Amino acid sequence: MSEISGYERKNGKFGIRNHLVVLPTVSCVNGVVQRLSREVPEAVCITHAHGCGRGGPRDLEILFRILSGLVHHPNVGGVVLIGLGCEVSNTKNLSPLIKEAGKPVEVLNVQEDGGSLETARKGIAAARRILSEISSQQRVPLPWDKLLIAMECGGSDAMSGVTANVAMGAVSDWLVEKGATVIFGENTEMIGTTQVLVRRAKNVQVARQIEQMIERAEKLTQEVMGNLASLVISPGNMDGGMSTIAEKSMGCIFKGGATTINQVVDYGEAPSEHGLILQDGPGYDGDSMAGLAASGSQLMFFSTGRGTPAGFPALPVIKVASNSRIYGAMKDDMDVNAGSLVEGKSLDRLRAEMIDLMIRVINGEETRAEVNGMDVFTLMTVYPPF
Amino acid sequence: MKDNILIIHPQDNVAVVLRTIDAGELAAAKGVEGFPALEKIVASHKIALRDISQGEEIIKYGETVAVSGRDIKKGEWVHTHNLESKRWKK
Repeated sequence: MSEISGYERKNGKFGIRNHLVVLPTVSCVNGVVQRLSREVPEAVCITHAHGCGRGGPRDLEILFRILSGLVHHPNVGGVVLIGLGCEVSNTKNLSPLIKEAGKPVEVLNVQEDGGSLETARKGIAAARRILSEISSQQRVPLPWDKLLIAMECGGSDAMSGVTANVAMGAVSDWLVEKGATVIFGENTEMIGTTQVLVRRAKNVQVARQIEQMIERAEKLTQEVMGNLASLVISPGNMDGGMSTIAEKSMGCIFKGGATTINQVVDYGEAPSEHGLILQDGPGYDGDSMAGLAASGSQLMFFSTGRGTPAGFPALPVIKVASNSRIYGAMKDDMDVNAGSLVEGKSLDRLRAEMIDLMIRVINGEETRAEVNGMDVFTLMTVYPPF
Repeated sequence: MKDNILIIHPQDNVAVVLRTIDAGELAAAKGVEGFPALEKIVASHKIALRDISQGEEIIKYGETVAVSGRDIKKGEWVHTHNLESKRWKK
C-alpha cells in the first residue's frame, strides 16, 4: 500500500481531489454559476470579475492561461464551462486550449443556449451527469514525483519568517528530497534576495531569469508606489524586528527551503522541471494563489500571522499560523500552529507533524479552508479595464 | 531550561528572540550554552550569538541580511541602530 494516493488523469498527472468545477468564462454569467451552486452543492462553483474589458496581449495571455489552467487542473475531474458569447475569453477562443483536457467538459453559452435560466437548467443537468460519471473513479497509488506543492504566505507578521515559513521550508526540503516539486512566487517579496537566489540557481540561464524577475518586480514597485516604495519594508516590519528588506525577504523566500532552484516559470505556467521552482507572480496572495493553482499545484501550504482564512477552489490549502495567539483566535481556520516553536516544540517535530498532516490531506482529509468553503478566486491583471 | 531564542541556520551569528528577554536573563537554544542578554530584547527581534565587529556581515537564515554599523557584543540587541543595509546604505 502506497503512502499517498490520488486520481490518475489521462495526461499522466495525478489529482488529490476529484472535483466537478463550474467555471464562468466572464463575470457577466456569474449568476448562472450561483444558481448551479444552489442546485448542485457538491460542485465547486467559481465566480470571478474577469473575462472581458482588457485587451492587451499580456492580460489576455494571463486570462487564458489561468482559465485553461483551472480546466486542466489535476484535482478537477470534470468541468461545466459557462460562457456568455461576446466576451474576449469566450468558449470558442478558449476551446483550442482545453480540447485535450482528458476529462468531461460541458460547454454552454448563455447567448446560444436559451438565456441565463435555460443555460442554468442545462448546466445543472450536465453537472449531475458528470458528477455521477466521475464518482466511480478510484484512488490509486500516487508517486511522489507527480506532486507539485505550492508555498504561499499572506497576512504575514513578524513571526511568519521565523516560525511558519521556516517550518514550511523544512517541509519543502523534505518534499524535494522525496522527488516532489515545490513552487513559490511573490516576486515583490524576493526584492533584496537576488544574490541568495541566484547562487542557488541550477545554471546561468536560471540565474539570469531570477535576476530579471526581481529587477522587474523592483522597477514595478517603484513605478506604482513612487516614494512609498520603501514601505515594502514598513515601520511595522521594523517594529517586528526586521532590520532590512533583505532580512524581510529572506523570511519570505525561506518557505521554499534551501534546495537548488531548477526553473523559473511565468505566472500560471506549469513547470517542466522537478525540485524547487520559482514563479514570476505577484505578492498579493489572492492573485498569487491563482497563478500557483493554474500551474497545476495539487496542494498548498499557506502561512499567516495576521490571520487570513482564504483557500482556493478545488485546491486544498493548509493554513499555518505563525503564532499561537492567531491560532487560538481563528482555530477553525488554522490547520497548523507553527507558533508552537516558541513554546518549545522542536522544528523536527513540527516538520514531522506537518508532513503527517500533508499526507492525510493528500489522501482525502479536508483542510479547514475546504471545510469552511473559503474559496477565493481572483487573478493578476496588468492594465486597468477599458 | 526552555529555549527562548531560535537559531534558524547553523551559520547564523544572530538568533531570533522567541519570548521577550530582560537584561541579564539567559538566552538559550538547542546546542547553545545559555548566555545573558545585555539588554531587554523584544520577541521577534535579534540577539547577537557572538561578538561581531564593525563592518562584519550579519548572517540570518544562513545568508547576509545586513552589515554591522559598529562593534556588537554577544548578547546585544541587533537592529537598525547598530546595522546597515547592504543594499540601501544609510
